[in-house]
Amino acid sequence: MLTCKEVTHLLSEGQDRKLTVAERVRMEMHLLICDGCSNFSRQMNFLRKACRRYVESLPSGEKKQP
Amino acid sequence: MIASFTLPSPTGMSVPFDTDFLTDMRRDLLRFARLQLRDDALAEDVVQEALAGALAGGREFAGRSALKTWVFAILRNKIVDAIRERSRSINVSALSVEEEAMDETFDSLFKPNAHWQPDEAPAAWGDPEAALGQEQFWAVFEACLEHLPANTARVFMMREFLEFDTDEVCTELAISTSNCHVILHRARTGLRRCLERSWFANGGASC
Repeated sequence: MLTCKEVTHLLSEGQDRKLTVAERVRMEMHLLICDGCSNFSRQMNFLRKACRRYVESLPSGEKKQP
Repeated sequence: MIASFTLPSPTGMSVPFDTDFLTDMRRDLLRFARLQLRDDALAEDVVQEALAGALAGGREFAGRSALKTWVFAILRNKIVDAIRERSRSINVSALSVEEEAMDETFDSLFKPNAHWQPDEAPAAWGDPEAALGQEQFWAVFEACLEHLPANTARVFMMREFLEFDTDEVCTELAISTSNCHVILHRARTGLRRCLERSWFANGGASC
């Protein structure tokens, strides 16, 4: 079974490369039983979203609207 | 000098870009450039080049936002060029004291078996989407980005703000793919922790 630390690496790398099927399966199994890593996963997705929003908002100087 | 520029609109009418608008735009451009370059003089240079490039092209702008979008597009390219130039003279893979400290902090969140310490497991952030609509959240977000060590920030922002593929980031900065992943993981976990402590742990700003 994957450790939480390994899962944080896979979650980060999942934003940068396509994970293998085996990696995905092992990670999903871990996430099913681990609240900490599930929260971490949602937070990584949020971080990506916040970065996109930040860049998109620069020309307008208005971050409140998407 | 910049304040006196006027640009032709598509209808042939001249659209004046007043001093306030240009000053504000320049300030926004500088903040973005400084965040990534961590070098005030270099940031001034790329912003100046981007503005000159945008205004010299003889291109027509339908209005302020069109001009600003165009200048930002040019600025992003100028920042990439500056980072590329700089990566020839600095070793992006070298760990600074700050980066080592970040790794130690991250390791301290785990038990010896590499699972979360009970007190350190990431907690739910409630409704983080709501934060995206709050001015104060973005101030915290920027402060957390500024808090990242320079090299870590550069790699992260190339990936997330300039939207390079990870392979391109590695190639441009001459670092291995695995090291690229390590640096991006360090940046994301650092930012996650900073946002958690500075924003989400307090339930966001009261307003």
